[in-house]
Amino acid sequence: MRPVLVVAFWLVVWQVAAVLVGQRILLPSPVEVLTRLGELVVTPEFWTTVATSMVRIVAGLLLGTALGTLTAALAARSRTVDALVTPLLGAVRAAPVVSFIILVLIWVDTVRLSVVVSTLMVLPVVHTAVLTGLRHRDVALLEMTTVFGVPWQRRLAAVDVPAVLPFFAAACRVGVGLAWKSGIAAEVIGLPAGTIGERLYDAKLLLESADVFAWTLVVIALSLTLERLVAALLAHPTAAQSAPGGAS
Amino acid sequence: MIRLRGVGVRLGGRWVLRGLDLDLPVGVVAVTGPNGVGKTTLGRVLLGLVVPDEGEVRTDGCRRAAVFQEDRLCPHLDAVANVRLVLPRDVTRDAVRAELADLGLPDEAHDRPVRELSGGQRRRVAIARALLTDAPLVVLDEPLTGIDEDARGHVLDRVAQACAGRHTLLVSHDARDAERLGARLVGLADGTLVP
Repeated sequence: MRPVLVVAFWLVVWQVAAVLVGQRILLPSPVEVLTRLGELVVTPEFWTTVATSMVRIVAGLLLGTALGTLTAALAARSRTVDALVTPLLGAVRAAPVVSFIILVLIWVDTVRLSVVVSTLMVLPVVHTAVLTGLRHRDVALLEMTTVFGVPWQRRLAAVDVPAVLPFFAAACRVGVGLAWKSGIAAEVIGLPAGTIGERLYDAKLLLESADVFAWTLVVIALSLTLERLVAALLAHPTAAQSAPGGAS
Repeated sequence: MIRLRGVGVRLGGRWVLRGLDLDLPVGVVAVTGPNGVGKTTLGRVLLGLVVPDEGEVRTDGCRRAAVFQEDRLCPHLDAVANVRLVLPRDVTRDAVRAELADLGLPDEAHDRPVRELSGGQRRRVAIARALLTDAPLVVLDEPLTGIDEDARGHVLDRVAQACAGRHTLLVSHDARDAERLGARLVGLADGTLVP
C-alpha cells in the first residue's frame, strides 16, 4: 500500500476517534492539530525553539557516536578496556532514561542536559555496533595487511571501515531516534528555556492538547528526516574504494 | 640468509612442524609434500603469522610479501587499488596496470571491483600484488591455483623474473612449477624436511 494512503487511513481513524471522544482536551482532531501547527510554524519563536533543541540533540548524537566509536576501537585493541568498559555501557543502556535525566540534572545545568542525556543514550548503542563490526573484520585480510606492512590509515579505509560500516550505519539510525526521545524527555523534565521540551510542558500545564500533538509531530518529523539523512550519508562506502589510490 | 633452526609448531595439540631446519638463500626454495604436512604453516612462520613453539627463525626483520593460498583481496576495491594498497605511493596506476596486463588480466578488468572478477583473474591480481613489492622475502603458497594451464608457463616466467635476487619460498604440489622456477626442491613429511 502507498505511504500516502496509509497516512490518510490513520488520519481518518484519528478524526473518527476525535469525533467519538468529543473532548478536545483528551483527543484533538487532526484538523485542529494541523491548524495549530500551521499557526506555530509562521512564528519566529517556533524556528528558534526547533533550532535550540535540534542543535543540542544533534550535538549529543554526534558526541555519543564519536565516543562510542572511540571506546569500541579501544575495546577491540585491549581486552582490559573491553572488560572494564563494555559491562559499564551495557548497564547504561539498560538503565531507565529518567534515572539519567535526574542524575545529570544534579551534575550539569539544564542547558547541557539534553546534550549529556542524548550522548549517554547513543554511546552504548554505537559502542556495541562498532565493536561487533570490528570483530567481524576478515582475519585473512588483516593478516595480509600485516604481512605487507600496510600503513594503518590504508588498512582503516580498505578493511576496517567496510567491515564496520553496516553495523555503524544501523546503530546511527537507531541512535537518531534514541537521541530525540531521550533529549526531549530531558527537556520536559529539566525545562531549559526556549526548547521543544519546555513548549510541551507548557502545553500540558495549560491543557493545550493540540499543542502537545503539534510539537510531537514536529519531533517525529525532525527525527525521521535526520534518520533518512544519516542513512543516505552512510549508504555508499565510497571512501573505502578510493583508499589506496590517488590519481594515476 | 634467512634461517630456521629447530622450529616446532603445535596446532590443536598436534606438532605440525617439529625440529625443522631450513636455510633460505637468495633464490627459490620449493617445498613439496602431500596435504597436511605443514607446508602452509612453514610459510606462515616465515611471514611472521605463526610464532613457533620452539626453535629460532632468523629473518633479520626483512620486509615480506606473499601470494597466500587464498587470494585475500579487498572485494570492494578494484584490481589496481588492491595492488596499490600494499605499494608505496609513488608506484603509479599505470605501473600496476602494466604488471596486471603482463600477467594476463584484460584491461577492462583492471578497474572493476575484484568481487566481479573470475577466480583466475583474482589470482593474477594477488600475484601482481606480491611481485610488485620489493620485499626481500616472498612466500608463494600454491600461487597458480585457478590459473589456466596455457597461461601457467608465462606467469611462472614472470614470477621467476620478479623474484630474482629475493629469498623465495614456493609451496606447491606440482614439482613442474618448481622446476620451471629453477627452485631447490625440498620435501616435507611429518613436520620436518626430508631429503
